[in-house]
Amino acid sequence: MFDLLIEDGAIRRIGKDLPVDGAEVFEVPRGAIVAPGLIDIHVHLREPGQEHKETVATGTASAVAGGFTAVACMPNTEPVNDHAGITQFILKRAQEAGLARVYPIGAVSLGSRGEQLAELGEQKNAGCIAFTDDGRPVITALLMRRALEYAGMLGVPVIDHCEDPSLKGDGVAHEGFHASALGLRGIPGVAESLMVERDVSLAELTGAHVHIAHMSARQSLRAVRAGKERGVRVTCEVAPHHFTLADEALDGPVKYDTNLKMNPPLREAADRDAMLEGIADGSVDVIATDHAPHHADEKLVEFDRAPFGIVGLETAVPLVFDRLIHTGRIGISRAIALLSANPAGAMHVPGGSLAEGSIADITVIAPDMKVTIRASKLRSRSKNTPFDGWELRGGIVATLVGGRVVYRNAEV
Amino acid sequence: MNTAATDHNPAQDVPDIAPVTLRSRHLLGIDGLDAGEISLILDTAEAMKEIGTRSVKKVPTLRGRTVVNLFFEPSTRTRTSFEIAEKRLSADTLSIATSTSSVTKGETLLDTVRNLEAMAPDMIVMRHASSGAPHLLARMCRSAIVNAGDGMHEHPTQALLDAFTIRAHKGRLSGLKVAIIGDLLHSRVLRSNLLLLKTMGAEVWTCGPATLIPVGLDRLAARVTTSVDEAVDGADVVMMLRIQQERMHGHFFPSVREYFSLFGLTVERLRHAASDAIVMHPGPMNRGVEIDSEVADGPGSVILEQVSNGVAVRMAVLYLLAGREAGGEG
Repeated sequence: MFDLLIEDGAIRRIGKDLPVDGAEVFEVPRGAIVAPGLIDIHVHLREPGQEHKETVATGTASAVAGGFTAVACMPNTEPVNDHAGITQFILKRAQEAGLARVYPIGAVSLGSRGEQLAELGEQKNAGCIAFTDDGRPVITALLMRRALEYAGMLGVPVIDHCEDPSLKGDGVAHEGFHASALGLRGIPGVAESLMVERDVSLAELTGAHVHIAHMSARQSLRAVRAGKERGVRVTCEVAPHHFTLADEALDGPVKYDTNLKMNPPLREAADRDAMLEGIADGSVDVIATDHAPHHADEKLVEFDRAPFGIVGLETAVPLVFDRLIHTGRIGISRAIALLSANPAGAMHVPGGSLAEGSIADITVIAPDMKVTIRASKLRSRSKNTPFDGWELRGGIVATLVGGRVVYRNAEV
Repeated sequence: MNTAATDHNPAQDVPDIAPVTLRSRHLLGIDGLDAGEISLILDTAEAMKEIGTRSVKKVPTLRGRTVVNLFFEPSTRTRTSFEIAEKRLSADTLSIATSTSSVTKGETLLDTVRNLEAMAPDMIVMRHASSGAPHLLARMCRSAIVNAGDGMHEHPTQALLDAFTIRAHKGRLSGLKVAIIGDLLHSRVLRSNLLLLKTMGAEVWTCGPATLIPVGLDRLAARVTTSVDEAVDGADVVMMLRIQQERMHGHFFPSVREYFSLFGLTVERLRHAASDAIVMHPGPMNRGVEIDSEVADGPGSVILEQVSNGVAVRMAVLYLLAGREAGGEG
């Protein structure tokens, strides 16, 4: 049992039986894990413009309830975050909320339309930590090349939502037996991997860092592995639903459940298994949720009409613990690397470590806590999760940002 | 069964049928129906067919019930067929034809139906461009839902009338070789027929251009081939699917001319089928595209019979579902 002494938002000392001296004491329950604050580098906070789905305030409340001390937010807001002013607005909102740290990700191109490079330098100065046209791919190889070169010059990664639009077409589910049986237009895995291959090649050409968002297809992982072997600066993330669910879930008791509709879609069992393997063997760098809140009205429609996406901030840790750690696939240190150290490293943000001098962003996790996911109780403004009712093992005790307790589990 | 005193001949009511019912209060698809239920519907349709031969083609079974036909996709044939079926059963029918635009403006499907339900229809017969739309309604609304075609998913009454027609000519479904040829990828008629025929023990051979074969079809069909000759060889039933221009999104085949040359059912190609093979088509036909006129109008064609059987089969479905609502719990 160790003590952590926190002062001015940073970890001053780690030791045994440190003197208390009038300090506020936070008692960690027996058996709990004290981890460096978890960082979710793929979150849609929806503000500005789509506040009916989520705001920076509700999104960061959801984040800390999920154990995340920091989130990186995607630029596909309305308007798109392609301008320093919008980044400043988001940061202001985050400061007002005073919960999780927010690192805005700026758009690669104006409006994410893929026509004209956005002012990446200005955006970086305003606080953007990476660039993406997420929601869409960086549309042409030339634009991606230039973005990598330019962002590389700024020391900042480009994140790509890998998807060939012509192969995706108007697909709504993974192209496979289940989509065929349900009469849903399919999106083949190759739609994703084709662009992953493109991006790996361009990262190789430019020497810059590309980060593959929400990887789901086994062919994509193959391309990432091959790139890494060649020394290409490619990192990748997998979302919890892609290592937990597969397309057979669409044929479940509730058919056409729009809480199973996201992009990239739930793929075949072989793809899910490949993601699990990659998580275990180190080829997957990061677990990020792609938290995509949508209002209930928007999801309560025909499957092909519903927007893509599910929330994920508050279900990530229980799924990681229940499905990865308790099943013996990975150990706790690997899980922390995937959720904290690696995202921090990939995006060059502080955190990911509890060493003396680190920021006092801390997540306290009870690995055996019984958690029942209740959509109605999520702190996110939106409740679009396929995990409602799931009983999982592993939950958040408390979340501290800069030494302040911003979330404390009332049931502990 | 009600025999209220009206101005019809009470002796000509629906003959007695064994009190077996369908398990579900909806007909969302062939998926979920077992062989017994399918037989029940087909047997009931036999009795309903008889009503169509009378001079007063009406029985009071659905009297006082309100059935709404909610068609979000254009359809004359299916809607008319349902309307006639409902009227023959003495239901009050109302048909609403509306269009789904791809832009999400205006009322949602759920709101449209909920507003309708405020007027308490007993059953809603719905055709919609989105696969799974009837399932959404069945989950969220009160009425019994009959799927008249949902996107690329199912068209259960079509498969039932197809089976009825096949059975009328062949005496059975089990053990028959049925070839289904055309745009397999986008066809709800294929999916429903495949499920039904498989359940009833037929051997289904599917055929179409490689670009129009859905992934995983080989898990359901006995055979998947791109050769019409292979599919038709020795077939007892040849079912041609319409090339659905309205669902086409690019690069599936180069031209109608080439489609006909590679996949069209001609008299020559039909010669390889069984000598007493029947030719079917769900309609509407594209003459000279998927089927040659000579075949469509030829001796083996039962295409028009399918249409007339459609009314009897739909009467059977409505009758059986209404019977459930009246408290005939299975």
